[in-house]
Amino acid sequence: KTVCDLNLSSVLMNSNLVHRADSFFLATKMAAPLTLLLIVAVTIRAVLFRSSWAELISERVEVVSPLNAWKRVVEGLALLDLGVSPYSGDVFHETPFMIYLFHFVVDYAEIVFMVSPDLVFCLSRFLTSLKQKYALESDRYPADCLELLRSPKEMFYIPLKVAMFYLLNPFTILSCVAKSTCGLNNAIIALFILCTLKGSALLSGILLALATYQSIYPLTLFAPALLFFLQRLYIPVNLRRSSFWFFTLQYAFIYVGSLVVITGLSFFLLGSWDFIPSVYGFIFSVPDLTPNIGLFWYFFAEMFEHFRLFFICVFQINVFFYTIPLSIKLKEHPVFLIFMQIAIISIFKSYPTVGDVALYMAFLPAWSHLYRFLRNIFLVSCVLLACSALFPVLWHLWIYAGSANSNFYYAITLLFNFGQILLVSDYFYAYLRREHHLTHGLYLKKKDGTEATLVLK
Amino acid sequence: MGLLSDPNRRKALTGLLTRLNTPICGMPVEWLVKAMQSRGLEVFTQSFSRKLPFPDENKERYMVRGTNVYGILRAPRAPRTEALVITAPCSPGNTNNQAVALLLALAQYFRNQIYWAKDIIFLVNEHDLIGTQAWLEGYHHTNITGMEYSPLQGRAGSIQAALSLELSSDVITSLDLVLEGLNGQLPNLDLANLFYAFCQKLGVLCTIQGKLQRNDWDTAEGYTHAAQTMMLMVLKQACGRSWGDHGLFLRYHIEAASVRGINSFRHYKTDATTIGRLLEGMVRKLNNLLERLHQSYFFYLLPSLSRFVSIGYYMPAFGLLAVILLLRALDLWVHLGAPALAAVDGVTEPSSPGVLTVLTPVVISHLTGVALYLLPVHLQEMAVEHFPVSETEAVVLTAIAIYTAGLALPHNTQRLLSGEGTEQGWKVLKLTALLYLAVLLGCTALINFSLGFILAVTLVPITASITPHMPKALYAVVMVLLSPAFTILYCVFIYQELIEAPVSVSEGWMLFLSVISQGILDHALYGSLVYPLLALFIYPCWLMFWNILFWN
Repeated sequence: KTVCDLNLSSVLMNSNLVHRADSFFLATKMAAPLTLLLIVAVTIRAVLFRSSWAELISERVEVVSPLNAWKRVVEGLALLDLGVSPYSGDVFHETPFMIYLFHFVVDYAEIVFMVSPDLVFCLSRFLTSLKQKYALESDRYPADCLELLRSPKEMFYIPLKVAMFYLLNPFTILSCVAKSTCGLNNAIIALFILCTLKGSALLSGILLALATYQSIYPLTLFAPALLFFLQRLYIPVNLRRSSFWFFTLQYAFIYVGSLVVITGLSFFLLGSWDFIPSVYGFIFSVPDLTPNIGLFWYFFAEMFEHFRLFFICVFQINVFFYTIPLSIKLKEHPVFLIFMQIAIISIFKSYPTVGDVALYMAFLPAWSHLYRFLRNIFLVSCVLLACSALFPVLWHLWIYAGSANSNFYYAITLLFNFGQILLVSDYFYAYLRREHHLTHGLYLKKKDGTEATLVLK
Repeated sequence: MGLLSDPNRRKALTGLLTRLNTPICGMPVEWLVKAMQSRGLEVFTQSFSRKLPFPDENKERYMVRGTNVYGILRAPRAPRTEALVITAPCSPGNTNNQAVALLLALAQYFRNQIYWAKDIIFLVNEHDLIGTQAWLEGYHHTNITGMEYSPLQGRAGSIQAALSLELSSDVITSLDLVLEGLNGQLPNLDLANLFYAFCQKLGVLCTIQGKLQRNDWDTAEGYTHAAQTMMLMVLKQACGRSWGDHGLFLRYHIEAASVRGINSFRHYKTDATTIGRLLEGMVRKLNNLLERLHQSYFFYLLPSLSRFVSIGYYMPAFGLLAVILLLRALDLWVHLGAPALAAVDGVTEPSSPGVLTVLTPVVISHLTGVALYLLPVHLQEMAVEHFPVSETEAVVLTAIAIYTAGLALPHNTQRLLSGEGTEQGWKVLKLTALLYLAVLLGCTALINFSLGFILAVTLVPITASITPHMPKALYAVVMVLLSPAFTILYCVFIYQELIEAPVSVSEGWMLFLSVISQGILDHALYGSLVYPLLALFIYPCWLMFWNILFWN
């Protein structure tokens, strides 16, 4: 019951922060379905926490990775209590902030894990308010495109849908019940997006530094956040303009400064630089090859030592590589760029889990207006559904029955990642196509009057 | 040279066999311990007890208590890291009285050889599968079925392979090989090949599924014979129970097979000496293994002992059946997407059916499935109070009653939903149900191919073609006739036909009831997955299609 009150009060508190009268009206009208959703979500998690399934779920390799397993956090806490560095023994790979957070709240761990998802959907409010901008500029677009724009009525239910997609997603529930710290990382990224959309550069920079400190990959979110602020402050993205460089340096200074401060604080917390090789060295050099839903483990299990460094570099560059082309293409649409970046991080990071997948899937309802341009949604849903069901089956056949081997499990991993990549690229295509229609009209005709087809080149 | 060439040993074996010819009540634990110790084995016992969820016909009581006796023959020179197990279940009466004797004779012979590189464990277990499960759980320090057992005092390293003997007479005409284990798991095909190779070398007649092999493959009779043998294997694998004591070893990644001696009306009989030589040869081969058996197939079907059908041949057949469901789902998706373009003309069709119209049948079907899974065992005391039936019958009849009650659901749920049945509604429900069934059948076929295939053959045609616009009475009858319960009934009759012991309708019905009770018992005792799969997943899926048929 206390958790529900906590959540409800956080919801109402957040709604008070909004300084638009119509948003307040929206919040009160949506309070009832939102509360119902919260109660259902908390009940499901509470029931699962108390059942015998909790232990089973917290050992599944698809749900926990060596970076965020609860078992390892407990191990690290035990080592800390004994006065030994928690990073000795290559078991614990969390940052010092995390270990001190849990040092104080370890008895209330379940509550902490249940509250963090709420932060994710608080930001959905602000996504809605952002999208309302499109409706106001309707006179800019050709007449037949009006059906492409969303009415306020459609956008009314988006926060509820985002909340539903995140809270009731089986991936999130599994991640929460396993007490994986992935939920907390997701909460930090969600807070970062919230602050960026609200326009507060300082908070956004600090939170981005915190997210980068937790796992390095959110570094790529610097570019979309910067683009968003530039757009918001009406500074054109032109490399020759001094105003561009001025703001960029400001934001970079906030970001790098916070990162330095946080890292320095961590040093003083534990008194040594041990955490840098244990956390960041571990993420980059991928020494642990336990199977997971990512692409690294099988590849590096087969790799000869001679080529290992080269392929580590190739795989890690793959995560950061898409930032520049995507930023150039989507420089006027930074919010969508954030979504694409989060999705790319979730797919290509070194130790992904289903909690990372759940984060970018929660944002899909915000782009429900792209549904009519999606081409592969049926195939993608079937592939993701089938793979989620086949992961435990093939794990059982490999490890317990001994009839299959790692190839079977990696085949399903590859198929799952293929489905995710197809989903992301499909949404990218749909987004670009909608933008094209908004500028050129919806029912396009070729020069001789027949209907034209659009091809993504 | 070889077993029992020494006349003294032959006399000892005959003496043992004569003594064991008299029926034994319970297991002679002290005598077995003394007998094994006198042969130079390290002997240990393990006591176990298990409370059955309901007494079945064989045991007739709730609590089963027993003792396992096992002796370890230590390898003279090698480090004690690996072991082999030879087990003979000790059942009361005449069912397995010669196997223990053969086991002891083998132990005595093996003791004098110097070539053993692995420890050999001679296990005599009580109460068949329950005793084996208790021993395996004690050996591997697990407790997956809630058995109470005393911890094992002696251990011998990781078990590489196991053989189970069932011998009811001192002379046999043929040896039968039993491979199917729990949940349809099979040992490595190399073990079957090993058995067949030794049978041929020693001139012993060997069978599989109780059927002899034929040499005329290209005639019609030969082909039907092989097809019948394969169908028997499919039926045995599909029911998910362990058809010999070896079946429980497979779960621990130990390759195991059961060898059963059959004494039928033939002139040429093989005596226990030859069986001993065969087993000695097999154990020596297994002794020489450097690694666990993994080179050959784990997924196969055997139409005879010298031919097999590998997964590469039979899985595409199943794949094609699953594709039917996916294509139908794609077709429904396209039709559901099409009205979005037609709506421009101003057709007054609701944009999408409420989530509640689709969610309600799904939730209610799954709740019925949960009721079918939980209630029969939990309500047996209440049923026995009110009706003059035994506990087993109460459990089975409750299950059948809940199953039949589920058929009345669609009419009641439609009343609850205040007439929300739209054209789009049933299409969305059918799309969900088709994808659900496809994923379910796929996962089942990967774990237990025969079960997945039999369910696919009966469920796919009717579910792919069902709509609410068909003649309801005819299709209702067809759907009920192809439902999971009737599939089990057909399988019972087909099985009896194939083993050449056809039964009448009433006998078939009694067999069907005993199959259901055995399925529930297997799930409670050994963790067989057939009963929970059928009750919690297949039956609710079938109910969803039943709902679609009666969509108003």
